[in-house]
Amino acid sequence: MDSNLLVQYGPALLRGFGVTILCWAAGCAIGMALGFVIMLLRQIEVKPLRWLLRAYIEVIRGTPFLIQLFLLYSGGPAIGLRLEATTAGILGLGIYGSAYFAEIFRAGFQAVPKGQVEAAHSLGMPYGGILRRVILPAMLVSTVPALVNMMAILTKETVVLSIITVPELMYEMQTMAAETFASFETILGMALFYWLLVEAVSRLGRRMEARVTRFLSHPSNARA
Amino acid sequence: MAITESPAAATATQRSAPAAEPTPMVTIRGVSKAYGPNVVLRDIDLTVNKSEVVCLIGPSGSGKSTLLRCINFLEVYDRGEIRIEGQLVGYSDTTPRRRLSNAQLRGLRRNVGMVFQQFNLWPHMTALENVAEALVQVRGMDKGAAADRARQMLARVGLADKADSYPSRLSGGQQQRVAIARVIAMEPHLMLFDEPTSALDPELVGEVLQVMRDLAADGMTMVVVTHEMGFAANVADRVAFLDRGRIAAFGPPREVFHESPDPRLTQFLQTYHERNSF
Repeated sequence: MDSNLLVQYGPALLRGFGVTILCWAAGCAIGMALGFVIMLLRQIEVKPLRWLLRAYIEVIRGTPFLIQLFLLYSGGPAIGLRLEATTAGILGLGIYGSAYFAEIFRAGFQAVPKGQVEAAHSLGMPYGGILRRVILPAMLVSTVPALVNMMAILTKETVVLSIITVPELMYEMQTMAAETFASFETILGMALFYWLLVEAVSRLGRRMEARVTRFLSHPSNARA
Repeated sequence: MAITESPAAATATQRSAPAAEPTPMVTIRGVSKAYGPNVVLRDIDLTVNKSEVVCLIGPSGSGKSTLLRCINFLEVYDRGEIRIEGQLVGYSDTTPRRRLSNAQLRGLRRNVGMVFQQFNLWPHMTALENVAEALVQVRGMDKGAAADRARQMLARVGLADKADSYPSRLSGGQQQRVAIARVIAMEPHLMLFDEPTSALDPELVGEVLQVMRDLAADGMTMVVVTHEMGFAANVADRVAFLDRGRIAAFGPPREVFHESPDPRLTQFLQTYHERNSF
């Protein structure tokens, strides 16, 4: 890449990078929080609620993210929801992620050994405490790989936000490419950049996994 | 592992002598339970008195674990009633067959400890944290006091030096002793044991049984589902033999093991004699 281009467009690219990270982190946080709540609500034995949540997950997973984003950003005003592009982008990413996160959490919830929960019940522990101190840590162990995978996927989905004019990295790149015709290098640079980002997320994930399973790591851990 | 011999323990060892008026701890009257067409408990009557050790023995599928789990309502029973210290288990005493709220059920379970076949320790907590957790959450103790008490309880089961070990670093016998410490920390009035040594390697069974013997000597009321006939014969005050959901024989161990005419019981005991003669 021409060094003049970097000087000229560097600041914009850096800002774009910041926005990308912001959208990704906020989107992941919203997606996980929402996904967790959805998982908990799905445990309630009320049929209409179950259908509703199931439909939500099916629709979100069954439609392209770009279309969801258009609906939220362009269709939103029709129902009085007027969102600024970045806000819409973050919210969209969160909603999109929530359906997947909810499914990951559901699998994790089902994988919690029943005996551990029974032991807590038999000691008279309240459900909130059991959830926080017994179920959640056990869930973390089994779900971290899937959660990290989903977070890595969401880093790549942030590029879609450029279409609704969120000034994230892809958007700034396109602006630069349009103005300078330096398209091949920029796209190659982009690809490299996202790959590095995903790599960083995966590494972070491996660390998290090692951390949440540290109590299991034992050379002669034959049973368990 | 030794529990200090106190005067209280000395009197407790005489508890099996016919006391004037035994106080019932658990009364089970006409309890039945079925999973669909499969009847697992049929019209069970059983009384466990205070400071008494009652062992439930019988072939697998005879309903002994289910009966035990009904006592603290981990399993719902369909008919009859179970009372612990007079309080009806799982259902309202005033409105027939209305389930207790979760809070009421927790209140009842506070006084009933349970030890499981698979230990069911929380793997992400150290031995100390496993024991301290319910003290904080249920008893409302502050963390420091709970940790102190947890340490004492671990010492009582001979594991003072393992306080900071995670369960994955402990042998099965040690894990089960932590599980027992977790229960006795709550000072239960009644302890339920669901095959506490069945998942252990043979050489680790003894250490768990010794802790249970110490508890019995201290006057703990215990209901024990077990395949350890030696423990039942030597420690139990009374033994109930369950067969196909019924109590087929009940009485002091000597009677049940040597004087019962029940052919199913004779056959059941025969398998133990065969296994232990080599």
